Amino acid sequence: MSEPGFVSVSELGAGMIALRGDLRSKVFRKAAEAGTGLKLPAPCTIVWDGARALGWMAPDELLLVVPEGEGAVTVAALEHALAGQHALVADVSDARAMFHISGPGAREALAKLTPADLSPAAFPVGTLRRTRLGQVAGALWAEERGLTVLCFRSVAVYMRDLLADASHPDAALRVF
Amino acid sequence: MSLRLDTGGRFIDRATPVRFTFNGQPHEGFAGDTLASALMGAGRLMVGRSFKYHRPRGVVASGVEEPNALFALGAGGRHEPNQRATTTDLAAGMQIRSQNHWPGLGFDIGALNARLARFLPAGFYYKTFLSPPAFWKHVYEPLIRQSAGLGRAPQAADPDGYEHFHIHVDVLIAGGGVAGIQAALLAGEAGARVLMMEQTAHWGGRAPVDSVTVAGQPAQDWLRAALARLDAMKNVTLRTRCGVVGVYDHGYVLADEQPPPPGPRHRLWKIRARQVIAATGALERPLAFPGNDVPGVLLASAVRDYVVNWAVAPGRRTVIVTNNDDAYRTAIALVEAGLEVPAILDARGQANGPLPERARALGLRVETGKGIGKVRGKTRVTGAGLCNQRGSGLVTEVIPCDAVAMSGGWSPVVHLWSHCGGKLIWDETQAHFRPDPALGPVSHDGVAFVHCAGAAAGALQAGPCQTTAGQAAGAVLKLLGCKAGAPDHATAEAEAPLAPVWVMPQRAGPALRAKMWLDFQNDVKVSDVQLAAREGYESVEHTKRYTTLGMATDQGKLSNINGLAVLAESLGAGIPQVGTTTFRPPYTPVPLGAIAGQARGKTFQPLRRTPMQDWHEAEGARFEPVGQWRRPYAYPKGESLAQAVRREVRNTRENVGLLDASTLGKLLVKGPDAGRFLDLLYTNMMSSLKVGRCRYGLMCNENGFLMEDGVVARLGEDSFLCHTTSGGAEHIHQHMEEWLQTEWWDMRVYVANLTEQYAQIAVVGPKARQLLERLGGMDVSPERVPFMGWAEGVLATIPARVFRISFSGELSFEVAVPAKRGMAFWQACLEAGADLGIAPYGTEALHVMRAEKGFIMIGDETDGTVTPQDLGLDWAVSKKKDDFIGKRGQARLHLSGPDRWRLVGLETTDGSVLPEGAYALAPGRNANGQRNVQGRVTSTYHSPTLGRGIAMGLVRRGPERMGEVLEFSSLDGPPVPARIVSPVFYDPDGEKQNV
Amino acid sequence: MLYLKCPYCGQMADETELASGGQAHLRREGPDSSDSAFEAYLFLRDNPRGVHFERWRHAYGCGKWFHAARCTRTLEVFGTYRAQMGAPPQDILAAIAARRGETA
Repeated sequence: MSEPGFVSVSELGAGMIALRGDLRSKVFRKAAEAGTGLKLPAPCTIVWDGARALGWMAPDELLLVVPEGEGAVTVAALEHALAGQHALVADVSDARAMFHISGPGAREALAKLTPADLSPAAFPVGTLRRTRLGQVAGALWAEERGLTVLCFRSVAVYMRDLLADASHPDAALRVF
Repeated sequence: MSLRLDTGGRFIDRATPVRFTFNGQPHEGFAGDTLASALMGAGRLMVGRSFKYHRPRGVVASGVEEPNALFALGAGGRHEPNQRATTTDLAAGMQIRSQNHWPGLGFDIGALNARLARFLPAGFYYKTFLSPPAFWKHVYEPLIRQSAGLGRAPQAADPDGYEHFHIHVDVLIAGGGVAGIQAALLAGEAGARVLMMEQTAHWGGRAPVDSVTVAGQPAQDWLRAALARLDAMKNVTLRTRCGVVGVYDHGYVLADEQPPPPGPRHRLWKIRARQVIAATGALERPLAFPGNDVPGVLLASAVRDYVVNWAVAPGRRTVIVTNNDDAYRTAIALVEAGLEVPAILDARGQANGPLPERARALGLRVETGKGIGKVRGKTRVTGAGLCNQRGSGLVTEVIPCDAVAMSGGWSPVVHLWSHCGGKLIWDETQAHFRPDPALGPVSHDGVAFVHCAGAAAGALQAGPCQTTAGQAAGAVLKLLGCKAGAPDHATAEAEAPLAPVWVMPQRAGPALRAKMWLDFQNDVKVSDVQLAAREGYESVEHTKRYTTLGMATDQGKLSNINGLAVLAESLGAGIPQVGTTTFRPPYTPVPLGAIAGQARGKTFQPLRRTPMQDWHEAEGARFEPVGQWRRPYAYPKGESLAQAVRREVRNTRENVGLLDASTLGKLLVKGPDAGRFLDLLYTNMMSSLKVGRCRYGLMCNENGFLMEDGVVARLGEDSFLCHTTSGGAEHIHQHMEEWLQTEWWDMRVYVANLTEQYAQIAVVGPKARQLLERLGGMDVSPERVPFMGWAEGVLATIPARVFRISFSGELSFEVAVPAKRGMAFWQACLEAGADLGIAPYGTEALHVMRAEKGFIMIGDETDGTVTPQDLGLDWAVSKKKDDFIGKRGQARLHLSGPDRWRLVGLETTDGSVLPEGAYALAPGRNANGQRNVQGRVTSTYHSPTLGRGIAMGLVRRGPERMGEVLEFSSLDGPPVPARIVSPVFYDPDGEKQNV
Repeated sequence: MLYLKCPYCGQMADETELASGGQAHLRREGPDSSDSAFEAYLFLRDNPRGVHFERWRHAYGCGKWFHAARCTRTLEVFGTYRAQMGAPPQDILAAIAARRGETA
């Protein structure tokens, strides 16, 4: 989907896995790194390697993003890696909607929706924040090529409408 | 006659004429005009009528403080009442309408009120309309409503866009006058992240009009250079047409921007500022002399603004009346523009400063110790009557003139300072309240976060104005850990002190005081405030409400200080003792659209959609709100809604029905302590549930009242899937997290809300198994998937988890599939079941079927005061467990007593449907004369299965009273008799679901 | 509009990202408690004009409950801290004492 906005908004498909465990535990970290194939992110950040990304969602929760369709197999691999540990692995690929917002003014478009500080200084590439977007909960992170927004699937249409409105060319704004 | 001057006008572009109409009359202004300057230039000075007496009113001010010139603009959905002429830009083709008159501005029936003025004093409504009580509703209120109100609300939906914008800055500077710009330069050069906002379209404030010199240059030149410097700073953001309207806790600031078309109509800035500099200037005060509200009487500074900025003047001959030196600038500006100033009436005993001397040097007549005792003219000024300020108002000479410029001194705009608790001190010398720098509003760290600069700090002269800007910037930068430079020096002609004048002339009698306006917008006069004082209103807050002084759209920007000074004088108290009313945000009105932002139209609220929502919509389903979900209520097919529900119930009971149950909450609870945790959460025992089995569970709050119900499936040794009601998923998820995080944090349990990962489809009815078998992929036999069991597998090539649970009493499977495959599964069921008579059913059929079975519904049978025991669900409350949430609460006497209202079935004796929410009547009446009651209806439906009305209700000792006939209240008829029966109306032995 | 630091993720959270949860450090009274103890647990709350210990949840963020020590009069915040403790920690009490010129 592409809107005729001052930034471009597209809806992405992806596999997503919620992973909960004790992020302070060495045993868990080792198993999680083995299962995800990524270094665990520091609080409020996201790390990438190729098509995979691993985001810090809470002190005991990570979100693994994999290519679309790989959710189920990744869950199995993670469960194998974490066998015997107190952890929760859940495929949430179908429970989330993902949007990508890029172009000059992308941060401003999103700053219409969230009370978070989206200036490049406060929200550099690699940071992830869970916050309020309009009237719904969401997560967003900054990449070199723009910003990614995650929300629940049931409100994807609401989010698409909000983003289309916020990125309308007549409402362009450059501040950051 | 007001007029456009042949030369000058900083803001107007004479090359671009702009046509507009005022009350249908065509006029012409210039690009850069405000509505006020355009009308003044077109010779229209009288622009409206006052609120109460409908007196003719003209423009008084040149900025946001304007109380009179409020217009209705735009048509249809763009109609907007109460727009200030002084702050609205003229646009081509504008249709301006004046307000508060009928039938016309020139002849207005409401003006009769002015004749009755002596009968309409302060508190008139309160005193007159007290009795008889019935008259209020039927006579007084409709009459008052007809004549009251400022403008009319639009009738159509607003087609324009609105939005919010969030930003975090080190320093927010409110006000782009010289002081604000100076502070911005200092903060910007120190490296701070600065946002500066100016409410008008122009930077510079009063300095260019008042001939201020900064750093040795004319203000205009200094401004140009300063703005160029600021523009070049990446850490500085500048916005015009953006008024800072409120300062709130912890550095939260709201500003309302009106971007130029075609942008959003308004953009509400939500700012987090570590520090705020309020460089909001000062407002000139009117003088309270008889007839000070006649069109043509303006603030002296406004007259000067109009002449210098827009090249318009309210008249050719302007009398100046003042208590200070500043107003002489107006006299000089008028003379320099070629206009006449027949006299300057100065209330002070002497006036010998540089400005008065300059006026005298220009040959102007300066009369000291004098004031105005009368203004000649009704719809515009024709003369000013000169009198002694110290006298009682004897007019010794009438000076012919067509305008009066008045100045009663200046009051700092302390609103932003005061919004969040900043305190004020009374400055005797300048006769105004100004911020007390020692008592500023504090932020989360206990340190002051608002600092005033310039006139807002009480520094009315150019030199001190710059000094305070430097001080404010210095204080802010110190708190931010930055170093501040020094401000540029500014100079202007020195001014001698003013003499406070609250009433002119000082010894005016009652007749004259009743013609001295304090609040132009609300028609509050000196006499009204004095009356309030006599009647015992000592508090300024009470006086405000009694007299309406300082209310409505201008919130007393011009009237407050004069009003409270008059009150203080009447009470024989000092002004600081009387104090001010509370300054509350917003400083200027903010439209509701700006506050709503994007929360309008299709983004009014998030509506949650299931994976099959498109299909439901295409099928013409009627929806009902369940939280933010919209669930299909029924799918009418050329029939009434009630007929559709009956058809859906019958079809499901006879063939097979399909329900979108995706909205049900699905919480995964996992960990070594999951069973122990759920035992505490549910009233029943969950740890004993076998893997592969399901159990219906109840959750109570600590009070012991039933809060939630749902089926729990044990997925594995350490994992459970807890189903919740449609509205309850988020709430119960949070409930679980709260107990895990804040009470039982030693438990090893994780919870994940998987509600949206799955589409859940209930396949219900005697042919349900047959249908699933046709889909193929897994064994759904009673042996593999027994009642209250679940199994995992594949159906129609889609991975599925099948729960054998029933909320209808029929053979029923709830199938969970990945959400993205939900629609495919739904479609597969419809296709495979076509010859089985498959049809979707909605929530109403679901409700009817569960009521036929006597199953409770959270929110129908429960209302937060009902226990499981009240509902006959004792079997689901464990007696074995030491503890669960609600156990202690349920042990309280009144929750376990025998007299509680308990669940029963109800059948009317004639088969009709009981009214919803009807009360079971008991003998006698209560203390209020109402009938006593002994129960109420909680659910009531027509049962298509049984062909009559069925209901459930809570009745005192209900289960002990089977067979008894009670009377139920009816809104529109005699009480309805109904018999107490078992709540299970259909298939009491559960033979149908267990096949 | 409050602005509180979540002690779990370290982010400053806008009040609209938070959910309030009333008084902190209540002790749960279970099945064996007396009527008066249970009443106090369920219904009786402090309402000080001054320092208050209160519960907040970073509802739109990391989802964690935390505690804040806040002055209800000035809205001054002396600190936020984890919810897994039965009483305010020493460093918070010290911060209150230091700012209020009182002893902890």
